[in-house]
Amino acid sequence: MDNSQPVRFFKRGYSPSVQIAFFSLLSLALLFMDARYQYLGALRYVLSAFVQPVQRLVTMPSSVWQEASDFLYTQSSLTRESARLQQQHALDGSQLQQVRALVAENQQLRKLMDVQAHSSYPALFAEIVYAERDVFKRKVLVNKGTQANVQAGQVVVDAAGVVGQVTRVYPWLSEITLITDKDQSVPAQVLRNGLRTIVFGSGDISHLALRYMPVSADIQENDVLVTSGIDGIYPPGLPVARVSKIVRDPAYPFARIECEPLAGVDKQRFLMILSGAPVLPERPEAEVAGGDGHLGKRNKASMKP
Amino acid sequence: MSSSLPYQRTSWVQVTVSLSFAMLLSWLPWHGVGLALRPDFVALVLLYWSIYSPHRVSVGIAWGVGLLADVADASLLGQHAWAYAMMAFGGNVLHRRVQMLNLFQQTMQIFPLLLSSYLLFALVHWLVNESFSWLYFIGCALTALLWMPLTVLLQNIGRPPANQDPL
Repeated sequence: MDNSQPVRFFKRGYSPSVQIAFFSLLSLALLFMDARYQYLGALRYVLSAFVQPVQRLVTMPSSVWQEASDFLYTQSSLTRESARLQQQHALDGSQLQQVRALVAENQQLRKLMDVQAHSSYPALFAEIVYAERDVFKRKVLVNKGTQANVQAGQVVVDAAGVVGQVTRVYPWLSEITLITDKDQSVPAQVLRNGLRTIVFGSGDISHLALRYMPVSADIQENDVLVTSGIDGIYPPGLPVARVSKIVRDPAYPFARIECEPLAGVDKQRFLMILSGAPVLPERPEAEVAGGDGHLGKRNKASMKP
Repeated sequence: MSSSLPYQRTSWVQVTVSLSFAMLLSWLPWHGVGLALRPDFVALVLLYWSIYSPHRVSVGIAWGVGLLADVADASLLGQHAWAYAMMAFGGNVLHRRVQMLNLFQQTMQIFPLLLSSYLLFALVHWLVNESFSWLYFIGCALTALLWMPLTVLLQNIGRPPANQDPL
């Protein structure tokens, strides 16, 4: 049996070493092009047409289970849920009244000050199909793609705050990089005093970090960070994170600041993709001292990897 | 055992079906720790065929399957492909030696092959992203442990009914 093998083997194609040399070079070329230039979007798009039906098939049992459990919701839990929602609704309603008044007042004031009004961002509802199967990354895929006019760069939020950003779009899916991803950063500002900063992901599920903040920066624990909107991508004012721990060690030039994301970054099933990119970068808010703020921004931009 | 090895009878159907099943398993919605510890079923099945049917599943096939895995896992194009191609190369070169051994010795032989593929994947990732997770290599050990049941399974599935001698 083994005797016949070498003869047949050499009759078929090239030897393994030739093949591995060829395919290694091809892999290296692909890796280089994909990592450096992002030329291969079209190839990925075509190949995804083969992969996605299989992925849909695989996730079907869990979605069927989900639907079945939705169907078999018991009456007691329904009434409890309904009572809770009604309470919430009443609470929200009263708050909404105040907010409406505030919005009207705000618009009036903005008109007086001749500042461009905040535009509203229509939201597209999307469901998470599955989480990324790469342990090194924090990414999820949702069930809306180019068919629903999703574009790369759009911001994804849930009810509590920013979840991430659309990074890749397929015909029926899109890939969302969560703010906890190591390569993801969100321009933010401290809600309390308007201090501008950048929130970096840490690659960990529930941690974010503020880098390059001087030891003397005016930032406290439990400060809430919201998007600043000066980048022209993130709409301003979306909650991002809450500062959980600050270590000010004079031996280092920067304070070590840890935050927790406010949105349920790893918990939600439904997310909202904010469509309609901001038309123009927002003007800096009046509460930030002009010169100081500009300097800070330039420093951060040059430091950003 | 090696006297009843079915590799000469393997057809494309067996290879395709087993690979498809491996892809289905790998692409289940794993997450969290389960994801980090997830055995790489596709790599294991590719390795099996590259050892037991080296003239069918050669470096090129492994590379193509790896490319699909790259798209599915949204890794860099060529990352899985290169790792799988290297592993299939090892399997093709060592196939005669591995086939002569018993299952436990086989596991010892294929573990370095799997590890090299995992290392290559992690190396590319580290070079590009400069981050790294040791948990990832536990998945490699789990994959190697699955070699024994997988080999028994695939050998018995590949065997025609007329040839049912006990293992």
